[in-house]
Amino acid sequence: MTETTVPIDEASDAVTVASTSAPPSAARSAKSESIGLKSFASLLGPPVVVFVSFVGLWYAYSAWVGETERKISSPYPHAVLQEAFFQWDQLSELIAATWVTTKVATVGLIIAVILGILFAVLMSQAKWIERSFYPYAVLLQTMPILALVPLIGLRWGFGFNSRVIVCVIISLFPIITNTLFGLKSTERGHHDLFRLHGAGRLTRLKKLHFPGALPAMFTGFQISAGLSVIGAIVGDFFFGRGEKGLGIKIRDYTSFLETEMLIGGIIFSALLGITMFQLFGVLGRLLTGSWHESGGDGT
Amino acid sequence: MNAPSPTADVSALDAALTFDQASMVFPDGTHAVDNVSFDVHPGEFVGVVGPSGCGKSTLLKMASGLLTYTGGAVELADDNIGYVFQDATLLPWRTVQKNVELFMELHDVPKDERAVRASEAIELVSLSGFEKHHPKRLSGGMRMRVSLARSLTMNPGLFLFDEPFGALDEITRERLNDELVRLFLRENFAGLFITHSIQEAVFLSTRVLVMSARPGRIVGDFDVPFEYPRTEEIRYSPEFAELSGRVSEALRDGHE
Repeated sequence: MTETTVPIDEASDAVTVASTSAPPSAARSAKSESIGLKSFASLLGPPVVVFVSFVGLWYAYSAWVGETERKISSPYPHAVLQEAFFQWDQLSELIAATWVTTKVATVGLIIAVILGILFAVLMSQAKWIERSFYPYAVLLQTMPILALVPLIGLRWGFGFNSRVIVCVIISLFPIITNTLFGLKSTERGHHDLFRLHGAGRLTRLKKLHFPGALPAMFTGFQISAGLSVIGAIVGDFFFGRGEKGLGIKIRDYTSFLETEMLIGGIIFSALLGITMFQLFGVLGRLLTGSWHESGGDGT
Repeated sequence: MNAPSPTADVSALDAALTFDQASMVFPDGTHAVDNVSFDVHPGEFVGVVGPSGCGKSTLLKMASGLLTYTGGAVELADDNIGYVFQDATLLPWRTVQKNVELFMELHDVPKDERAVRASEAIELVSLSGFEKHHPKRLSGGMRMRVSLARSLTMNPGLFLFDEPFGALDEITRERLNDELVRLFLRENFAGLFITHSIQEAVFLSTRVLVMSARPGRIVGDFDVPFEYPRTEEIRYSPEFAELSGRVSEALRDGHE
């Protein structure tokens, strides 16, 4: 019967079209399949060139400033490696400090994620709730965190808790705004669909708004993960006492003019920030990549 | 009892949908639909054509209860209706299978039954084998099939179509027209189909209504005499051209 063979043709045509041409996601997937040694090199090449140039300039600068300055502020890159990375007792000091900071940043981020989602969900449910809280969320974000840190220290001491509070404050806003944006960007047609079938508020939240918001939420988590590391180091740095995280170590190294170790501490801070940021990127892609437009190819 | 065949005399049966001098005036004063009366009976497929912005879509929103009409009356025989939008409105995070199960989920149909009914519907729209695909990997035509399947799972007595194939290319559209005729004959629902394509309306429908520019009124009412199942050849017959011409003329008159 022609009536049944025609649609199957159309279906299979459509698949071929989808997997060979136009849509950006399909094009990207085709590209990633063909990643050979050559395209791998072209992918890594440019940043490597920049890195090598940077190290070269660093050497040139250190040579140019002369012996005294080199000791105080501008050691050669290999001196940093020798001091901070190739001596176990020094390296273990940095690792221990990084671990302390990681704990603070992680706990702070988890609390911020929970609070952020909670506030965003509440705000998405009623305009008046959004109007009540949003100005303060903005205030929280725009107020320089440094101004607040000493007060937090006085109120809640200079230990773990205060540092976590700093992390929460600094990383809350992007989670609220991105989650709220995600929850509110539901398509009109989807909303009508759920209404036509009598779905209540909770069902809509669970089956429509929340899954749809996930990609935006992960964007927020990612930004906040980076901020949380900053918060942990800033809190640490200003309190200057208690368990020694990266902030305190950076402060100590500065006062003792251990510039190689100071740079080592900076490198560890950067690595921690990048790791947290990437972790949420990967997690987000795992959860939403199979269906979201900006995700992987879904296979 | 046998289901009424589409070509039988349908006016004797109770209407699945009744518009009785229904009007729609929006709060901003826009008069979208004015004094519209018609019935859709089981076994009937009513096509509505009209210029852009004439309130065609508003008709469907009034019929489904998404909008509350401001004058006259709109009555549904049964609340269980299928509503197919111009956009397939699939949930992108759900696979084809899960999308087709959505309405049953919202109506608390048990899990096992959901799976069975979804598979049947997917087969009806010729998408077997694509159950695990996400919408982003499907073509526009296939997404529309999923949307159809999703509504079919609820076995609605009345289907509302809001320019469902308007965004598709000509060939895909004609194939889906054939499919829809096949589904209409098999499932025997009543249909109300909004489109701006005269050929599409004439090809699918038992009756074609023409709406005027805003405020939308019915300015033409044509019975379509062709036997079902309708084949491609009908599109090229003189009778088809003649009827399309008359519909087109009514459309132009209503536009002035």
